[in-house]
Amino acid sequence: MADEIATAEPPTTAKTETLDKVVIRFAGDSGDGMQVAGSRFTDASALFGNDLATLPSFPAEIRAPAGTLPGVSSFQVQIADFDILTAGDEPDCLVAMNPAALKKNLKDLRQGGTLVINTNAFDERNLAKAGYDSNPIEDGTLEGFRVIEVPMDELTQEAVKNTGVSGRSVLRSKNFFALGLLAWLFHRPTEPTIEWARKKFARTPEVAEANVAAFQAGYTFGEATEAAKITFEVKPAALQPGTYTNINGNMALAWGLIAASQLSGLPLFYGTYPITPASDILHELARHKHFGVRTFQAEDEIAGVGSAIGAAFAGSLAVTGSSGPGIALKSEAISMAFMMELPLIVVNVQRAGPSTGMPTKPEQSDLLFSLYGRHGESPIPVLAIASPSDAFELTIEAARIAVKYMTPVLLLSDNQVANGSEPWMLPDVSSLDPIDVAFAKHANGRNGTFLPYMRDIDTFARPWALPGTPGLEHRIGGLEKEAITGNVSYDPANHQLMTDSRAWKVANIVNDIPDLEVAGDEDADILVLGWGSTFGSIRAAARRVRLEGGKVATVHLRHLNPMPQNLGDLLHRYEKVLIPELNTGQLRKVIRAEYLVDAKGLNKIAGEPFKISEITEKIVEMTK
Amino acid sequence: MTAPSYTRADFQTDQEVRWCPGCGDYTILASVQQFLAGLGRPREEFVFVSGIGCASRFPYYMNTYGMHSIHGRAPAIASGIVATNPNLSVWVITGDGDALSIGGNHLIHVLRRNVNMKILLFNNQIYGLTKGQYSPTSEAGKTTKSSPYGSIDYPFNPVSLALGAEATFVARTLDMDRNHTQSLLQAAYEHEGSAFIEIYQNCNVFNDKAFIQLTGKEERVHNRIDLEDGKPVVFDEGAKAVVLRDGQATIVDSSTVDPGAILVHDSTRPDPAIAFALSRLSHGPYGPTPLGIFRNVSRPTYESQLNAQVEAAKEKRGEGDLAALIASQGTWTVKDPSSNGG
Repeated sequence: MADEIATAEPPTTAKTETLDKVVIRFAGDSGDGMQVAGSRFTDASALFGNDLATLPSFPAEIRAPAGTLPGVSSFQVQIADFDILTAGDEPDCLVAMNPAALKKNLKDLRQGGTLVINTNAFDERNLAKAGYDSNPIEDGTLEGFRVIEVPMDELTQEAVKNTGVSGRSVLRSKNFFALGLLAWLFHRPTEPTIEWARKKFARTPEVAEANVAAFQAGYTFGEATEAAKITFEVKPAALQPGTYTNINGNMALAWGLIAASQLSGLPLFYGTYPITPASDILHELARHKHFGVRTFQAEDEIAGVGSAIGAAFAGSLAVTGSSGPGIALKSEAISMAFMMELPLIVVNVQRAGPSTGMPTKPEQSDLLFSLYGRHGESPIPVLAIASPSDAFELTIEAARIAVKYMTPVLLLSDNQVANGSEPWMLPDVSSLDPIDVAFAKHANGRNGTFLPYMRDIDTFARPWALPGTPGLEHRIGGLEKEAITGNVSYDPANHQLMTDSRAWKVANIVNDIPDLEVAGDEDADILVLGWGSTFGSIRAAARRVRLEGGKVATVHLRHLNPMPQNLGDLLHRYEKVLIPELNTGQLRKVIRAEYLVDAKGLNKIAGEPFKISEITEKIVEMTK
Repeated sequence: MTAPSYTRADFQTDQEVRWCPGCGDYTILASVQQFLAGLGRPREEFVFVSGIGCASRFPYYMNTYGMHSIHGRAPAIASGIVATNPNLSVWVITGDGDALSIGGNHLIHVLRRNVNMKILLFNNQIYGLTKGQYSPTSEAGKTTKSSPYGSIDYPFNPVSLALGAEATFVARTLDMDRNHTQSLLQAAYEHEGSAFIEIYQNCNVFNDKAFIQLTGKEERVHNRIDLEDGKPVVFDEGAKAVVLRDGQATIVDSSTVDPGAILVHDSTRPDPAIAFALSRLSHGPYGPTPLGIFRNVSRPTYESQLNAQVEAAKEKRGEGDLAALIASQGTWTVKDPSSNGG
C-alpha cells in the first residue's frame, strides 16, 4: 500500500500512502475561519486535478457564543482520482480546532481515521463549554484514531510575530496553519493558497503575510514533526477532457442567469430581499453590472417579486429569488404573473422548514408547495437543479421556458446545491442555443387593434408587447380576462376557457422537454427515482450496489411540472420503485396520484443530505 | 418629429367606466386625461399601474399601457418598470387603503429611493370596494360596518407620512378642483423623481361630504389654505395667516401680527421641517387645510444612479464576456482521455 515517496518531493521522512479518495472535514468555532480553510483546500485540490465535492455546514448565527457546540462550523470535502458524486459519508480526516468541534464531529470520523487537534484550545474553560468532564486527549476517548496533536495557537503566534499583525489578529491566522499542515499531509500544491491569500488581503499586506507565514509554518510543522509518519496522496482524476472550474450552485445559478440574459438579448433584472441561503445569488449578480445586470434589493419579499413583474412587463429577463419563507410571501404575486402571462423566473433555494426552520440546512420540503402552493388554478412550470454545476444549464432552461411560453417558472435549488461545490467542465459559450424573443411590434387585430391575449398557435403563449411600442397600448391585470381581447370578463364560459388555456399552455411544454434517460441496469427489478440535490447520493449508492453485484436503474427528474413524457412508461416498466427524498414523501405522493404506481419512499428530515450507505441499504433491502 | 396632437378622447378606452354615479374618481380621470392630452407626448410612453380598490380600476380607462395589479404593490411593480425603461412616464394610481394600509411599506420605500414615478393617492377616507369599512385615514371614532362602536385607530396624515419618508415632491389637491389638480399634475410631471399627490376624493356612497369644509361654497372660503411659492401663507380672504412659533406652524389673525412675520411659502427648502410643520396644520379635512405643493426638491433618482452604475461598470470593465466570467474563478485543464478506477 504505502510507497516510499519520490525524492523530488519536499524533504520528509514520512511515508506516502496513495488513496483513490479521501474525505476531510475542517471543524472549529464559527470565528475560526473553517469555511475559508475548507474552500482553499478545495480550490488547491481542484487545480491539482482531483474530482471533488464539498459540503459546508455552519450555524445560522453569525457568531454564536465562542467555544460552544451551537457555534461549531465545519466544511467537508471529498477528493478523488475518479468521478465522485458526493462529499462522502464519513471523514477520513478531521481537523478539530476546539473541544466543541471535536465533540460534535468525532462520532462521524472513520475508525482509524486521522485527527488533527489544536491542543491549545483544550483548556478547562473550553472543555466545560463543550460538555467534557475530562480532557478527551488524555482520557482514552481518542483511542482507535491516529491523533496529531498540535499546539496551534502557540505555533501560529510564533509564525506571525514578524509580520506586523498584533492583538486579536494574530490568532486569526491559525486556520491557515491548519491548512498548511493539511497541505503537507495530503500533498496539496501550496502556490494557489499563497497566491489567493496575497490577492485576497492585498489591502492589508500584513494580514496577507501573516496568513502566508502561518500556512508555511503549518506545512513545515508537518515535515518536521515525528507525530505524522504517513502522508497521503490522491492522484488527479481522469475526468473527461476539457477545462474545469470548481463551482457552487448559487454561483452557477447566477452565471446561468447572466448567460440567459446574453442568449436572449434581454437585460437581466433581479428583484430580491436577502435571505439565507439565496443571498449569494444577489451578491454574485451585483458584481457583474457590466453585463447590464440590474439588481434591486427590495424592502421585502413581495416588493422583490413585484419589481420583477414590473421589469418583465417592461422587457427585462425578470427574476426573483428567495427561500421557502420568502416564496410563501411571493405566492400571491406569482399567481398574478401566471394570470397576466408574463415571463418570470422564481428561484427557491430550499432550506429546512417549516417557518424559519434551520436556515443553513438542506431539505427538499417545498416540492408540493412549488407545484400547488398558490391560490386559484395556477399550475406553473417547476424545475429542480440536480447538482451545483447543473444549476448553470437548468437556469438557462428556466429562462427559455419562461420567455417562450410567457409564464412564471419556479426553479428549485437547495442548500446542498447552493453551497456545495464540484468541478464543472466549462461549456463552449458560443455553442449555447440562443433564446428567441419576439416582441410584438404590430397590431394583430382588425382595424389596427392590438389583442394582448391572442395566443400563438403552437405555444399558446400570448404576445409580449412592451410599453413604449406605438399602437400596442393595452392593459393587463389580475382580473379574469376575456380570451383574445384581454378585457375584464366575468363570463362563465370565458373563465372556463381561460383556466383551461392557461393550464394547457403549461401542460403542452411536455412536448418541448427531453425524455428521461435511465442510468444503470435497464433490466433491473428496481428503479430509483430522484429529484434535486439527491442526485449524487442516489447515483453513488446505485454504483455501490452494482459493485456488490446488484442491479439497479436510476432516473432523475429535473422537470417537475410538466414531468417528461416517458416517465409513466418508465415507472411501469420496473417491478419496484424507490423514491429517496429529503422530505416526508412529497414526490412519492405526486407519483402515486398521477401514475398509480406503488412507489416506496426513503425519507429523511434531519437537515443533512443522505449518506450513500442509507440509500444503498434501502435498495438492497428492497431487492432481497 | 412633431409632437402628437391629442384630445382627451385619445386617452379614453372603449371600456365602460364603472364607478358609482357621482364618484369623485370621474373628475380625477377627466383631469388626468385632459392633462396628458395637453402634453403632446406619445401615448405609448405612459404606463399606469394600480393596486386594488375603487381607484385602482383607473388603468382600464386609460388608453395607455397599464397594469391593474395586487393590493398595495403598485409602487414595487412600477419600480421594476422604471428600472427597466427609464424613458417611460410611469404613474401609480392608489387609494388610502391600498397605499397606506396594505401597501404602506412599498410607499415609504419608493419615496425614499426617489424612483421616478408619479403617485396619485385618491384619499376618500373609507374602504369603498369592500363596502364601507374604516380606512387608515378615517377619523378616530368613525362609525362604520367594521367599527360599530367607533374606530379606535388613529389616522395617518398622508402628507406628513410622505414628508417623513423624505419624498422629494409632496402635494395635496381636491378632486373637484380640476384646474388645481392639473397644475399639480404638471408640476409632478416635471419633477425628476417620485412625486406624491394626495387627492381628496369624495365617496358619495360610503363617506359623502367628507371634504365639505374644503369644497362647500361657504366653507371653503374659510378653510382652503393655498400654498403658493414666494407668497405669504394667508387664507380666509386674508383674515388668517400662518406663522412659525416654537417650531410649529400656527394659524393667527392676520391683524395681530407684523406682516413680515407671516410664513412665506418655499417648497424648495432642502430641509423638510417647515413643510412638515405646514402638514400639521390639519389632521384631516375638518378645518383649515393646506392645499398645493408642500415640498419640491431635487435629489438623484434611483434609476439614474442604477443606470450610471451599469454604464460605469461597462466603461471600466468593458461589455461583459460570458466565457471570461465562467473562467474567472481559476480553471484547470484535463487533457488525455483515459479510463479511471471508479
